[in-house]
Order: sequence, then C-alpha cells, then structure tokens
Amino acid sequence: MQHSERLNDHEIQARASAIRRLTLRMLTHAQLGHTGGDLSVIDILTTLYFGVLDVDPQAPDAPQRDRLILSKGHCAGALYTTLAVRGFFPITELDTFAQPLSRLNGHPNRVKVPGVETSTGPLGHGLPFAVGTALAAQMDAASWRTFVITGDGELQEGSNWEAAMAAAHYHLDHLTVIVDRNGLQLGDTTEHTMHLEPLAQKWEAFGWSVCEVDGHAIADLLDTFRRLPLQAGKPSCIIAHTHKGQGVSFICDQVGWHHRVPTEAELARALAELGEANS
Amino acid sequence: MTGSQSVQDPPVRFDCRDAFACQLEAIAAQDPRVVVVVNDSAGSSHVEGYQNKYPDRFINVGIAEQDMIGISAGLSNGGKIPFVCSASCFLTGRALEQIKVDLAYSFANVKLCGMSSGVAYGALGPTHHSLEDVAWLRTLDRMTVIVPADPLETAQAVQAAYEYWGPVFLRISRMPVPAVHPATYHFQIGKASILREGRNLTIISNGTLLHVALAAADRLAVDGIQARVMNMPTVRPLDQEAVASAARETGALLTLEEHSIYGGLGGAVAEVVVCHHPVPMRIMGFPEFAPTGSAEFLLEHYHLTPQGVCSAAQDLIRMK
Repeated sequence: MQHSERLNDHEIQARASAIRRLTLRMLTHAQLGHTGGDLSVIDILTTLYFGVLDVDPQAPDAPQRDRLILSKGHCAGALYTTLAVRGFFPITELDTFAQPLSRLNGHPNRVKVPGVETSTGPLGHGLPFAVGTALAAQMDAASWRTFVITGDGELQEGSNWEAAMAAAHYHLDHLTVIVDRNGLQLGDTTEHTMHLEPLAQKWEAFGWSVCEVDGHAIADLLDTFRRLPLQAGKPSCIIAHTHKGQGVSFICDQVGWHHRVPTEAELARALAELGEANS
Repeated sequence: MTGSQSVQDPPVRFDCRDAFACQLEAIAAQDPRVVVVVNDSAGSSHVEGYQNKYPDRFINVGIAEQDMIGISAGLSNGGKIPFVCSASCFLTGRALEQIKVDLAYSFANVKLCGMSSGVAYGALGPTHHSLEDVAWLRTLDRMTVIVPADPLETAQAVQAAYEYWGPVFLRISRMPVPAVHPATYHFQIGKASILREGRNLTIISNGTLLHVALAAADRLAVDGIQARVMNMPTVRPLDQEAVASAARETGALLTLEEHSIYGGLGGAVAEVVVCHHPVPMRIMGFPEFAPTGSAEFLLEHYHLTPQGVCSAAQDLIRMK
C-alpha cells in the first residue's frame, strides 16, 4: 500500500495543535469526555496517522493496512478528531459527539466508526487484540504492522501481561505498544494507586525491546517509529513520557481533569494558549 | 424419527468432541483462513489431530482466557476464522467481558467452542461445571448460541458456525450421548425441529438431555400421554414461532437442559411463552451449585432422567 501520509515533524506539530483545539471544542460542546488523557495522547496519535501508518481513509478495511488500536478507549475524543482530520469521516461530524444517535459515542465503536479496528473502553483489551492481528500478519508473512496505544494506569489490568507474554513467545516484532506514560489515572498518580515502576524493566523481563521517549517531542517520536522494530525478533515497547492535559496550563498534570470538561470560559482560555489566533 | 430408543436397550453412545474435531479438520482442509486457538486445552478439546496436521494454524496462548479471546478477535480482524477451543467454564466465565466487547459488540467472526460443558466434569465440582454459559452468552446482542445433541448435529453445527459470519458459541459436551437424529437431518441456525409428535404437552430440550426427553416421551405414551418432543439447538436466536406453536397446539411446555434453571433454554422459552401464548410450564435443570458426584449421579440427583421428566410432565398436565 502507498497511502501513508509522510509529513515532517513541523507539519505534524501544526496538525497536532489543530487536533487539540478541535478536541477541546468537541468536548466542551458535548460536555462529556476525558480531557486530560485526550491531550496526553494527541501528539502520539497525530505522529502515527500523519507520519507513520499506512492507512487509506477511502479504504479503511483494506486487508494490508497497518492497524492502530487505541486501547485507552476513553480517549475516543482524541481518536475521533485525529481520524476526522485524517479524512476518515467529515470534521463537521465531530459536532455530533455524544449526541443522541450519533455514531461517535464516548468510546469507539468498531461497527460504526471507520478506522476503528475494535471497540474499546474497558481497559486491558487492546494489547491482546493487537497480538491477534500481529499473529494473523505473521501467519501470512505480510508486511503490515500493528500499533497499540495503552494508558499507563491501564497496565494494572492483568490481561496486558498475558498478552505481553504471548507477543514475546511468538516473536511478534511487527507489533509495537506505545505506553502513554502520563503518570496519572482517574483518582491519583499511578504510583500512589498501584506501583508500575520499574516499568521499562517489566517489559524487558517479559521479552520486549524497550525505549523511552518524550511523548510530546514529535521529531523524537517520528525517529523512534521509523526505526522499528527496536530489535529483530522481539515486540517493541515505546514508553512515551507525557503530560495529562499537555498544551493547556491549567489542565496539565491535574488529576481532576481526568474526565472533567471545560466550561465555555475555560475553552476560550485554552484555545488562546493553543494559539487559536495564529491558526 | 420416532424417538423410540429404549432405556432397556442402551444404544451406542458417542463423545461429540470427536465429531466436532473431525468436522473442524475437514473445514480446515478446505479453508486456510481457519485457525484453532487453545489455552493448553488441545487434548481436552480433541484437537490434537488438527494440531498435528496444521501446526502453523494452531495457537496455544497458555492458561490465559482473556488474552485468548482478545487474540482471537485480532485474528478475525486479520482475516482469519478462529475456532477457540477451551473448557466452557473458563472460556465463558473468565473472559466474559472480552466476549461481550471484543466479539459481540465489535462483531468479530470468532467461533467459541465451549468444551465439556454442563456437569460433564462431575466430581471435579462446581468450579469446573459450566451451568451458566448459555445464560451469560444468550444475553449478548449479536451472539449466536448453539447446543447440539449428538454427533451428526454437532458436525452440522460446526459447519453452520463456519459458514455464518459473526460470533458463535458452540456448546460441546464430553458426556457420551446416543445418536438421536436420522441421517437426513439438516441443522439450521435458529430452527427447532420436532422429533416426536404429540398433543398433550411439548418437551423442549437440547444437547445431552435430548435423548432423555425422547425416552420420557416413550414412557408417557404408555400412560396415554402424547408428548411432543422438540429439539431447540439454537438458544439464540430462538425459534420463537416453534415455541408459540407448541404452546398453542399442546397447551403445556416442559423444558429440559443440562444447565441452570435460571436464564438458559427454559428462560428463553418462558420469555416467548409469556409474551405470545401463556401456558403452564416446567423448567428442568440444575437449581444450584451441584454437590459432589459423577455427571451420571448428578443427573439422577436432580431427576434429569426419563422417570423424573415423566413425573414432572404428569404434574404439569394436571395444571392445564
């Protein structure tokens, strides 16, 4: 396939800023969503969809496409805006988010939303699914790749570690997990809630090749994605250090913004910080 | 089919896992998309023959049921047709959320083969009994639930599940059962069949107890009670017209299943009956976690025998 958009890091940065603004407008309009986690993952999503993935919005089910699974399905807002900007459905449809009978509900629905590979929402589902798609590609000796984005708090679900074992056992080096390591979960920090560290060593112990990057440094993300697999014969784990609420000062790193959404006044402040006037 | 097999002359009995595995191998020989996924359960699922023939299309995930369902959904996304073969108690209970979200809500083409269901594991106890699986899975939108009764129906159900695009639960017992269907039988998803005609009541059954229903009808006939025996292999989607017709034409329904009396075939039939044609009903099955004992003992203990069904049928008819 030759459908990947290969933008450079500056172009991707501009897209990410636009997607942040669209997402905040959408959440404010709907008065529903997960603001902090959406802003945390947008740079990763944008880099993948505009710099890495081989996908065709006109043929979202093409057999040889790369697969991207957003395991942290509560951040559907970020996924919807990214898919819309990438051309999977009209940007105007974002106005229907969470409205009655919209196909864009609070968690992505595979049956209805083009570009969504599997419905997610309950945590710990994405990585097992991704192991399955990677196994299918391996059986066919196909070149398409699988990427799965998990939250960090999500890694408290044991199903992830079942899948981590299986991925290494079957040498799935065309499978990459990106951990959105913002350090916060619904009620507190991950480390106060249930210790995840030493996280890189955990993945390594499960047989993965691991690297850590700044999840908001798009040039670094691009560089990392373009040299996958990190090691032949092993699945790759990219621990992306991020900030929940990245880009908006009064949301950034605030646990209370897990599923709080902006008021109209807060939206105006946020958009100003995100350079609305310059867009 | 007359259902005239006599309890005095026990027929040959079959382990339906053999028919299951044989049909699965036949399908795999024709279609390279078919893969088998197990959780260290190849032997107990009788798929070692498949494993030997198609090692590149055989995935053992280890003892990890949640992962097993997620992997199977992903395989389906990648164009494969996974048959997941696992003890029904673990397959359904441990991975129920994955079955709901990854298979039913996401509508994945995965075939769940719940092996050794019901009380087949006998004295291993209620941890290993699977008396809730039909109830759990039949509430899931987009899920098809099939409970075959003998080797012929098992093979045909496997074929039908393969031909149908979408998630299917096949309940496969290890408890030996006699053949109850003639060679001319043709299984269809969502269709009931009448194995014996009668006008005084209808016994609706499936799976391992269908032959008990037939034997009970023989005994009832001696007492002048003509029982219709209906096979209901598909619990979802249920053949609602067949249930409504039975209620209208015979005026009393008795369901018989190797499952909890809550939410299984009996519950499914009752939902239709109360809405369309209320008549007296009895639901026979397991009312609680079973005590220690072999599968045969437990069936006797809960009167899931020809005599037990006769007694219940006679009580039921008195309510008409």
